Order: sequence, then structure tokens, then C-alpha cells
Amino acid sequence: MLRGLLTLTWLEIKIFVREPLGVIGTVGVPVLIFIVLGRMFAPRASQPRAPDLISVDLPILAAILIALSAVLSLVTIIAIYREGGILKRLRATPLRSITILTAHVLVKLLFTAITLAAMILAGKRYFPAGVDAPFISFGVALLYCTFCIVSIGFLIASVVPTARFAQPLGTLILYPMVGISGLFAPITALPPALQFVARLLPLTYTVSLLRGIWRGDGWIAHSGDVAALGLIFLICTGISARVFRWQ
Amino acid sequence: MSSAPVVQVSQIRKTYGSSVAVDDVSFDVNEGEIFGLIGPNGAGKTTTMECVEGLRAPDRGTISVLGLDPRKDVYALQDRIGVQLQEAQLQKRIKVREAVGLWATLYKCPVDGDKLLEQLGLSEKRNAWFMTLSGGQKQRLFIALALINDPELVFLDELTTGLDPQARRAIWELVRGIRARGKTVFLTTHLMEEAERLCDRVAIIDHGRIIDIGTPDELIRRYAPERTVIVVTRDESVGQRFQMIPRVDTVTAHDGRFTIRGRGEDFVTRVIDCIAEHRIPVTDFSTERSSLEDVFLKVTGQSIRN
Repeated sequence: MLRGLLTLTWLEIKIFVREPLGVIGTVGVPVLIFIVLGRMFAPRASQPRAPDLISVDLPILAAILIALSAVLSLVTIIAIYREGGILKRLRATPLRSITILTAHVLVKLLFTAITLAAMILAGKRYFPAGVDAPFISFGVALLYCTFCIVSIGFLIASVVPTARFAQPLGTLILYPMVGISGLFAPITALPPALQFVARLLPLTYTVSLLRGIWRGDGWIAHSGDVAALGLIFLICTGISARVFRWQ
Repeated sequence: MSSAPVVQVSQIRKTYGSSVAVDDVSFDVNEGEIFGLIGPNGAGKTTTMECVEGLRAPDRGTISVLGLDPRKDVYALQDRIGVQLQEAQLQKRIKVREAVGLWATLYKCPVDGDKLLEQLGLSEKRNAWFMTLSGGQKQRLFIALALINDPELVFLDELTTGLDPQARRAIWELVRGIRARGKTVFLTTHLMEEAERLCDRVAIIDHGRIIDIGTPDELIRRYAPERTVIVVTRDESVGQRFQMIPRVDTVTAHDGRFTIRGRGEDFVTRVIDCIAEHRIPVTDFSTERSSLEDVFLKVTGQSIRN
């Protein structure tokens, strides 16, 4: 079925690109926000080094926004495909269900990587005082995080009744996670109840992993984050495999 | 047609929550025939068909398709059947040739996709996006996808719903073409005319239960055996003579146009005999036979359109 997976993935990439608004939203908007925010807080030429806000937090925030928009777009596509009977039609072929979903995840990961690359290029171009981060490792970390957050996307896609609810519900669930992810305030500064919630959410580990890798930490130092994300992935995938509706 | 049935359905039942969609449904589909499951919307046609296709599991009962169990052997089965689903869609911006190409990669022995598109009159639409196709073109594409693996058995669910009469007739021709190539066709429809013109045998289903199974002719003879003969004559005094025809039910006259209803295989012959015997001058003569629509009305007590 590898041939089926590759053909379907390639087709879905082409279909995605044929909708210009979708591409602009996925690739263009995050890069634009990154540039605008970066310019607003851009370091003066007199400053020897960019402040943490611009050199660490902004890239992490932008990276997370890329991941979340990929997950949201996946949730929406799955909902539309289900509502239109496209999933059902594909399932009535020898394609395995998992192949259909994998193709969509691959498409999203590809565009996550493209967006990240565009952002890094924009950063190099527009922020001369830019940082020297391990981009390859960071890219791998972001893809891994996106992959794990996608499992929450599937969980949302399993329960949304119609495509119209998919986007708002996904937004409502995913974006507040950023608030308690430790990006804006350290986890330890949160009330105990929120701290507990934060430790269950993938974005907390995502922030920790991305920030660490960006600053030059090794993967070993963040094996806890990697393991936690993997666990969250397994649990969410396990639940969605049971409750996912194809029609 | 004497070989073992291609599809054997035995006493299946399917419920959704507290509502019973299909109850105690049994039927066979024979090799090389067009078999129709007919009934109004919500009668259980699609549920039954999707159980046979392996897309749904019945709560009870057994199903055998090409000797396979559609639930356990679903992947083996899917390579040998072609499926067209009711109200299915494809990706809005997938091109016709891309859809056919994708489907071709999924099966072991696909037929030539370009040739198939040509046969279905879609060659000019090869590079068109799915969303730009008309209703009839979409249905023809779905037929193409159902035929891409040269299946032994083709499922067509409400194939012509929403199409205009011309497109409908064109699709009927395509379905007859499938049978002519030795395939078996299992279809559902709520259009009695479609069933009558297309199907070798039909099963009438209503409220989740099979009411009867037979050829359209058999069912009409069984449930609506009345024959109607319309005779136009200048001699308006012949009404009495028509009343004397054996097994006549009613005779109504309107401006020299007599509508004579009766029953029996030889009823039309007897009307002709009567005309000949009494040398009645006839300017027009026609017969009307009952249709599956009438059969449906008789067996369910309601019109299919309600």
C-alpha cells in the first residue's frame, strides 16, 4: 500500500496548493506575523545582541503557531472530508484507513517544514542581529512536536459533528494551551491547578523542547519532553482509533 | 445464471440506537443479472447495501459475497467489487484523471483509465476539477471509479438521483453495458421506472423489511394484474358490448374513448375478439399495463413518492 500512500500524499499536496488562500494562510501568515512582530521589537543596530524576547521567545511562538495552524487545518480537512463523504468513498477502496490519515499528516508536516524554512530565511534577511540556532535540530524538533499535537487534532476531529464547528472548536481547545505552556510565564508561576493541567498538555513539553533545542541544548537533556510528547501521542491516537467516525 | 449466487444475504438485522433500519432481510443476487433493491427513501436500502459491501456490520444474520465474508475478508473483497456510494464526493480540486489514476494504483489489476473515461464520455473532462463537473458527469466519474478494477460485482446506490431525464437515460445505457460485459450489478433506487427498465429482478423493501422478490413482470402479474385497453370509436353504443367481455372490471367512456379495465392474461385478446365479432369501427387502440409503481402502491398501501 506504499504506492497508494505516496500517490495519495502527492495528490493531496497538489490539491492543497490549488487553493491559494489555504497556502497563504498556512505558509504566508505565520511568516508575515513573525516579520511584523520582529520588526516591531527589532534590536537597534547599537545593541550588541538581540534581547531574549526576539531571539528566543518570538521564534518559539512562531514555531508553535505553525504547528497549531497545521493541526487546525488538518482537523478542518478531516471534518470536511467526512461531511462530504470523501473519507467514506476512500474507505470503500483497498486503501487502509490509516493510510488515508497518514497521507494528510505527511502533507501537514511537509508544509510545516516549508513554513519553518521560510521563517528562518525571513529571519536571516530581516533581523541582521539574528541568532545562530541549530536550525536542523530545531526543524526536527518542530516536526516531532507537530506530529504529536496532531493526535489531539484527531481527537477533536473525532468528536466535531460538522465541518463548520471544526475550526472554532479546534481554535478554542488549542490556542489557550499556548497561554499555560510556559512560553509567557514559567509553569511554576501558575496556580497549582493550572500547573497540573499544564503538565498534561503537549504544548508545555513542546515549549520546553523547542526552547531548549533553540538555545543549543542536546536532545538527551530533553528526553523527558520527547517521552512525554510520545506518550500523549500514543494515548490520544489510541482514543481516537476507538471513537473516530468515518461518516 | 445457474451457478451459485454472487451475493447471499440471510436474515440480517441492523439497528441504529432504538430504530430498526433493516430487519430479517434475506435475498440472493445471481451472476450476470442486474438486481435492484427498491423502496422509498429511508426504507433500509443503503444500510442493506453497505452491509453487503462490508462498510457496515449487521447486528445479526450472515452475508456472503463472491464466497467471502464482507467483514472479515473486506480487503480481499474490495479488489473484486466496484462501489458507487450514494451522495459521495471527491476532493473539490482533484482532477478527473488524477482520481482515476489514484484509484488505478489501489487495485491489483486496473483497466486502462483513459479508455474507461472515453467509454464514459469523460475524455474532454480529464483535466477538469471535480467541483466543476455537472451532476451527470460526477456520476459517470463515480461509475468509472467503480469499474477501474474490472470488478466481478458492481454496487450502485441511488445512481441517478438528482439527474435530469436525459442524463438518467445515458446512465441506464452504461449500466446495461456493464451487464453486457458479464458483470453482476446490484443497485438500489427509489425510482420505479428505473427499476422496471433496468433490473432483471427486484426486491421491494419497506420499513426495513423485504416485501417480495421477483422479476418486474412477475411482481406486476402478482400484485397488479389489471389490464387496461383504450379503444376510440365513433360508435358510442358499444359500451354495452364491452361490459359483456368476460372478467371485465370497469368500462368508462369519454367522447367516444372507452377505457376498459379487466384481468387475466388473455384480457386484451378478448377485447380484440369482441371488437372483431361486433365489427366495431376502431380509430385508435392502445393498451396500458400496470407498472412497478402500481405494485408498490398495492403492497405498501402508499405511493413511493410520499
